[in-house]
Amino acid sequence: MPRRSAWLWTAAIAGYAFLYLPLVIVVVYSFNDSRLNAEWVGFTFDWYRKLAHNEEMQQAAANSLVIGFVTSVVATVLGTMAGVAMHQYKLRLLPILVLTPIAIPEILMGVSLLIFFVLLNFSLGLVSVALAHIAFCIGFVAIVVRSRLAGTDESLIEAARDCGASPWQSFRYVTLPLIMPGVIAGALMAFTLSIDDFVITFFTAGAGTVTLPLQIYSMIKIAVTPEVNAVSTLLMLLTLFLIVIATKLSPSLLRSNQETT
Amino acid sequence: MREARSGRLLGKWLVSGPPILYLLLFFAIPALIMVLASFRTPGDFGGLAPLIDEAGKPDLNVDSYARFFTESVYAQIFVKSFVYAIATTLICLAIAYPLATLIARSPKKHRDLLLLLVILPFWSNFLIRVYAWMIVLGPQAALARAVNGMLGWFGAGPVSLLFSSFAVLVCLVYVHLPFMVLPLYANLEKHDQALLDAAQDLGANAWQRFWRITFPLSLPGVYAGAALVFIPALGIFAIPDILGGPDDSLIGNVIKQQFLETRDWPFGSVLSIVLTVAALAVAGLAAWVGAHSTRREASGA
Repeated sequence: MPRRSAWLWTAAIAGYAFLYLPLVIVVVYSFNDSRLNAEWVGFTFDWYRKLAHNEEMQQAAANSLVIGFVTSVVATVLGTMAGVAMHQYKLRLLPILVLTPIAIPEILMGVSLLIFFVLLNFSLGLVSVALAHIAFCIGFVAIVVRSRLAGTDESLIEAARDCGASPWQSFRYVTLPLIMPGVIAGALMAFTLSIDDFVITFFTAGAGTVTLPLQIYSMIKIAVTPEVNAVSTLLMLLTLFLIVIATKLSPSLLRSNQETT
Repeated sequence: MREARSGRLLGKWLVSGPPILYLLLFFAIPALIMVLASFRTPGDFGGLAPLIDEAGKPDLNVDSYARFFTESVYAQIFVKSFVYAIATTLICLAIAYPLATLIARSPKKHRDLLLLLVILPFWSNFLIRVYAWMIVLGPQAALARAVNGMLGWFGAGPVSLLFSSFAVLVCLVYVHLPFMVLPLYANLEKHDQALLDAAQDLGANAWQRFWRITFPLSLPGVYAGAALVFIPALGIFAIPDILGGPDDSLIGNVIKQQFLETRDWPFGSVLSIVLTVAALAVAGLAAWVGAHSTRREASGA
């Protein structure tokens, strides 16, 4: 038995190392005083200083934040409605519409929205990207909200109805406060997904609009530079922060990922 | 009574109406337009030719489908994409199994943390994770120097780890690994230790216990994880784009090329539809096999 578990530990530690070493290297080299990203030379903040003066990157970051914020607000409202509807009513169309965008390869949604916007003469830019992001974030919010609803005590809502609350009142004063952690977790998740999205943004942004992932893509297509390490490190910190909060608010987030199947 | 029912119906539409409308407009209709586009003719300057041509006839044909089935290069790329996706799935399974087993067997209070540690990298930007491998596999990095040093001992010439099928495969595995660990863990966590104890009492060795009990019981988790890894891996374009060599183009790259470079929308749509059908078929197969194996298990137990 001990031999077996030692083998298991080795394999698992190797697995974790595989997951983390590449990211640790990105972070470490962001402080490295060398252009090459190949070996440690000395400590520096130069790449972060460079970043602070990179106007293109700042524009990209601003675009990403605006799109992320709008996406998060709209997707949370629509996703919460979808989650409540899927929990409360037997619906056939909604679950398919909510889950398919998550289940198919992202590129398919990207190209179909590209055709859609171009045929409508809708100019590609911040708005088209936000509309696309909302479409794929609704499903994630809906899943988190629905799993939160599944864990709530139905009798509280029934009690409110028995005491004469209108459907709106019982939702506003009973259901919503109960599912609030799920709603906030969903909002943070939508924000993170939007900020991180590359594939769908790539097809719906058009030529003039740049977001952080698009900017990173165009930089690494040309060359490896520690400036990318620096921006990656900052982006990872932001994501880490948001996800830790979301997971604290809604522990079921850990499990909700599999319900997407 | 009737009022209450119509009120409930109204509530149902008020709640489910807006998300349904939004997703119809920005998901279902674009998908239908793409299906329609696959039957059209490419325009002279990219995009689509007018729907009604000069002769007043609607422009609908199956030329792009015919092209897909006659030019074997596209079938070959599909086969290559399948090979990459299958290899990714199998390697992910091999790495995820010990990880998921360890998490499922560790004390309850540690499980959430160990699981979170598997998911966290998944939440960092996709491109950052691809970029990380550009550094790890870079020509001046320690790994490439070690490998080429060893090859030098055997008298072989230096190889490039970056811009190769190897780089593409490693990164595909890296990006999709959490999708395999999660469903596997969810399954393994539910296993009854008593079964393994009984098998041991009856003289089964560790290998037999794994192969005859744990593995068959974990098959629903394996199928779910395989679908979650295989489907996104099939449609990927950024990884071959950034880490692959010229021969590593997969179906996602060809679709991207048709829409953004060649601008042949009808043919790009055909490729996208074939990819969708393949992805949905695999998802359906995984769901069917998963349900089937659980039922058999339940009736056998």
